[in-house]
Amino acid sequence: MSLSKIKNIPFGKNIIELKNISLSFGGVKALTEVSFEVKRGEVFAIIGPNGAGKSSMLNVINGFYKPTSGKINFAGQERLQMEPEFAAKSGIARTFQNIALFKGMSTLDNLMTGRLLKQKQNLFMQALYIGPAEKEETFHREKVERVIDFLDLQSIRRTPVGSLPYGLQKRVELGRALAMEPEILLLDEPMAGMNVEEKQDMSRFVLTANHELKTTIVLIEHDMSVVMDISDRIVVLDYGKKIGSGKPEEIRINKAVIDAYLGVSND
Amino acid sequence: MSVELLNFIETVLNGLMSGIMYSLVALGFVLIFKASGVFNFAQGVFALFAALTLVGFQTGQVPFSHLINELFGTKLHHWYPEIHSFLAIIFTIITMIVLAWIIERLVLKHLVNQEPIILFMATIGLAFVLEGIGDLMWGSDVKVLDVGIPSGGSEWLENATIGLAAEGSEYYGMYIDVLNVWATVIAVILVTALALFSQYTKTGRALRAVADDHQAALSVGISLRTIWVFVWAMSGFIAMVAGIMWGTESGVQFSLSLIALKALPVLILGGFTSIPGAIIGGLLIGVGEKLAEIYIGGLFDIGAIENWFAYFMALVFLLFRPQGLFGEKIIERV
Repeated sequence: MSLSKIKNIPFGKNIIELKNISLSFGGVKALTEVSFEVKRGEVFAIIGPNGAGKSSMLNVINGFYKPTSGKINFAGQERLQMEPEFAAKSGIARTFQNIALFKGMSTLDNLMTGRLLKQKQNLFMQALYIGPAEKEETFHREKVERVIDFLDLQSIRRTPVGSLPYGLQKRVELGRALAMEPEILLLDEPMAGMNVEEKQDMSRFVLTANHELKTTIVLIEHDMSVVMDISDRIVVLDYGKKIGSGKPEEIRINKAVIDAYLGVSND
Repeated sequence: MSVELLNFIETVLNGLMSGIMYSLVALGFVLIFKASGVFNFAQGVFALFAALTLVGFQTGQVPFSHLINELFGTKLHHWYPEIHSFLAIIFTIITMIVLAWIIERLVLKHLVNQEPIILFMATIGLAFVLEGIGDLMWGSDVKVLDVGIPSGGSEWLENATIGLAAEGSEYYGMYIDVLNVWATVIAVILVTALALFSQYTKTGRALRAVADDHQAALSVGISLRTIWVFVWAMSGFIAMVAGIMWGTESGVQFSLSLIALKALPVLILGGFTSIPGAIIGGLLIGVGEKLAEIYIGGLFDIGAIENWFAYFMALVFLLFRPQGLFGEKIIERV
């Protein structure tokens, strides 16, 4: 359903609205009444100190976690929770904080898994590997090759990704997400553990995806200079609560945000 | 060639081929373990159930006839005379697919993200339930399974090899069961098909993806539940093949489900996550058993070494290479 619905949303209008999302595990409250919205085509950042509930927020958006209360309005339709499969089908792709790649598979195969949802041939045709099935495989292979070119992954096309260095693994993971041709891309700390050069590359990839492919980006990142550089809007979480939101220049001077980062108590 | 050498070759060949039978059973375990992290204790019962169902369909037995007759005083037993075994195999495959779907619905779905030990316990329960259902459906008498695979010693090979020994020595040719040759051919076809399928198709790729990382698989939109039904159905199919082979050899009866126990040492040797491991593990166990029976047994004049030697090999392996030949090495980061 919603993939076409999403494509009908004009750029700059809300694509996801999160309303009063709360999430708790047993007695531990991970998120308390958090609300914000993401607009189509923007780069949206979620920031906050460690344990602020940023990753939980992403997991709610793509359906790994079911919120305890609150509503998610996605592409104009209100729902209580998302399902990972539904999210993927509706054009939401993501990367993970602790890289979740298929380690035994090559870079190419990892990227090809991103095309699974777009492959339509049935089991029988695939098993015979004839006619349409073969043509389809070639078609998706070409799409993947484009992502490989874009991210400079040519030289590691056939390498099992488990043996790649950390920075490259992050890039392959981004590649897999991009291979899905997503409408919304959720990035959980895409630049963690990278050196300056790698961070610059990664920022460039993210921005290009945003500008040229018009992908809406929601990212979590700790490097403030990167966040301020590339995001259009920012929401700040602390102890599972929203403590501020706005444009980068507003966040920079927001008192509550500065206090949270410096550990000043407001009691 | 000397008679000793010929005997040795015969033993190894026979070992390899009975090993293939073990591999077939082990393969079913590996598939499910890779895709869902579940050690399916019911795999042996799967083979029994598939073989029972196959015989039932083939001979036109009415399922649950004893139960129905008891409850309603009817006298149902068969509703058609024997049908072609090919048709019966097709029906059995369908039954195994339905079974996989039911298992996903009733068991797996509710135990997602539970500890592996809980899932393991669930499969033990499943084994007993399925065994009971099998008995209830088709009766507990020993059945003869004959799908047209020839069995018995190959005369051709005997005649061909009889001349190899030196003149005047007492040698009567090699004995190899034709059924084992068939099992080997079928296993090779099965494994090749499986390898090609998982390497070159979309579903195969999804399968490998799920085996590698559940979370990542979910994030690219793979439905874990569909994949689970798929792998359970596939192991059901493999169990059927194993059931046919073992059932043809020794009749379809409860003891068929114990072949699962023979698969354990194979898995320990080959590693729980490796398909080539299951094959090579099976071959090693098969050859090891037969050689031990003939040579170690002959040396000390004891018999039936075959029955326990596989477990002995597994123990030795556990001491020196606990992850198996091809298993993933377990490294915990501290």
